Amino acid sequence: MHILDFNKLSLRDINKTLQESDKNSFFSIRNPKGSHALAVGINKKITVKVVGSVGYYCAGMNKFSDIKVEGSAGPGLGENMMSGNIHVTGDVSQYAGASGHGGSILVEGNASSRCGISMKGVDIIVKGNVGHMSAFMAQKGNLVIFGDAGHALGDSIYEANIYVAGEVASLGADCIEKKMTKKHLSDLGHILSNANVSDYNPDTFRRFGSARSLYNFNVDNAKIY
Amino acid sequence: MCGIVGLFAKKENISDNLGVHLSKMLESMSDRGPDSAGLAIYGKQFASKTKITVQARSPKNDFQKLKKFLSAKKEISFSFKIHSTHAVIKLDVKQKDQVTNLINDTFPNLRILSVGKKMEIYKEVGKPAEVVKRFQIAKMKGTHGIGHTRMATESAVTTLGAHPFSTGEDQCLVHNGSLSNHNSLRRELMRNEMTFETENDSEVAASFITYRMNSGKTLKEALESALVELDGFYTFVVGTENGFGVLRDPIACKPAVLAETPDYVAFGSEYRALTSLPKIEKAKVWEPEPATVYFWGH
Repeated sequence: MHILDFNKLSLRDINKTLQESDKNSFFSIRNPKGSHALAVGINKKITVKVVGSVGYYCAGMNKFSDIKVEGSAGPGLGENMMSGNIHVTGDVSQYAGASGHGGSILVEGNASSRCGISMKGVDIIVKGNVGHMSAFMAQKGNLVIFGDAGHALGDSIYEANIYVAGEVASLGADCIEKKMTKKHLSDLGHILSNANVSDYNPDTFRRFGSARSLYNFNVDNAKIY
Repeated sequence: MCGIVGLFAKKENISDNLGVHLSKMLESMSDRGPDSAGLAIYGKQFASKTKITVQARSPKNDFQKLKKFLSAKKEISFSFKIHSTHAVIKLDVKQKDQVTNLINDTFPNLRILSVGKKMEIYKEVGKPAEVVKRFQIAKMKGTHGIGHTRMATESAVTTLGAHPFSTGEDQCLVHNGSLSNHNSLRRELMRNEMTFETENDSEVAASFITYRMNSGKTLKEALESALVELDGFYTFVVGTENGFGVLRDPIACKPAVLAETPDYVAFGSEYRALTSLPKIEKAKVWEPEPATVYFWGH
């Protein structure tokens, strides 16, 4: 294990070391003190443990690597990630997992507004609550919420799945509750077991998704224009 | 962008070092607001005394003239302390209106930044580190304080365009965001005899809250009516004689983090602003909810 300490190294040095490291390396990052853009742009399978809270854009564009934050994360966690796993033990701020293409994000605390905005294949699991406008324009992937969801959940959603165990304050435009089929129960099981989450009751989850009336052009509406 | 910080002391160890903590917090928000910075410090209160904070364009001449002018008025007893471009005049509360009127009528180069039993406002153009050094904020003590680092978006970088804006005696406001209906609101407030120093949108928000409170609303009610009347993005922190309040717009794009320990409540635009505070790793840290008024008071 290599220790990288913000009290001794600059953000740039730390990110360079992570990006240029050998495959399967293991790093422990100390004293991040809310720094921005930590562990961004990694494109090999390494393991990074961050001890403390981070600021904006942590683990952005992640590919292959496993990144764990023992603390909370600021806005834009794992933005546009491609693959790999991100695990935050505390809370995350706005737009976690925005436009993520793949991989998984596990948040043990709460996520703020716009969680999974425009997600394109990433799986996001939030053990607490999510804020308003989560999964806004979500295209693909899964957002699993153990707690409650804020207003306008899944507004203008395309083909992502949202699973919620708690209350939903309100649904956004074109987002509806859908039947929890055997296939979806099995999918939910896979998503959670991939993230090593086992303490849950699948029967408590409801499924939400697109009514598909907003993004399919309806010829009857042609005269409106 | 802009950065906001706030610190509310629950224990003496924090209030004795309020200026030190606020200086570090403000400096940490330099890259959110490098063009100007300011603080409102709620310091010691003196029985039946009021403090007037005045800002001068050319402090050397203007303050000398003001001091001479006030000394010539035998009925006014006052103390006069200069902090760089600002001066704090301490006087009997009964003479407050007379002196503020005298300053406004006689000294066009002076601006009254604040009036209050506890509050002093210090704000200036420049990097946050320069501003806290200029006013020696680190030496100041107090029960609470709020600060702002500005990255100007819609009006000029000037001392008066810097935050905090006074919203009444012992009251002030700092703002991160931008308002889109400030011109129409300003015209409406001007018709109701409110006056403005700048073209700044945040000054309109401050004036709006002052106007509502002058009309008999509580701070909470005034902030709740801001949710209805103000269009745009905002995170506000509002200082009062007893504490501070926080309000975010319903969309809540502008960041905000709160932290609480048995010793203090702290506000920061980012977690970075809080990392210099004692025992922050053990604090309860959370994001204030959108469209919800929070308040801590002594």
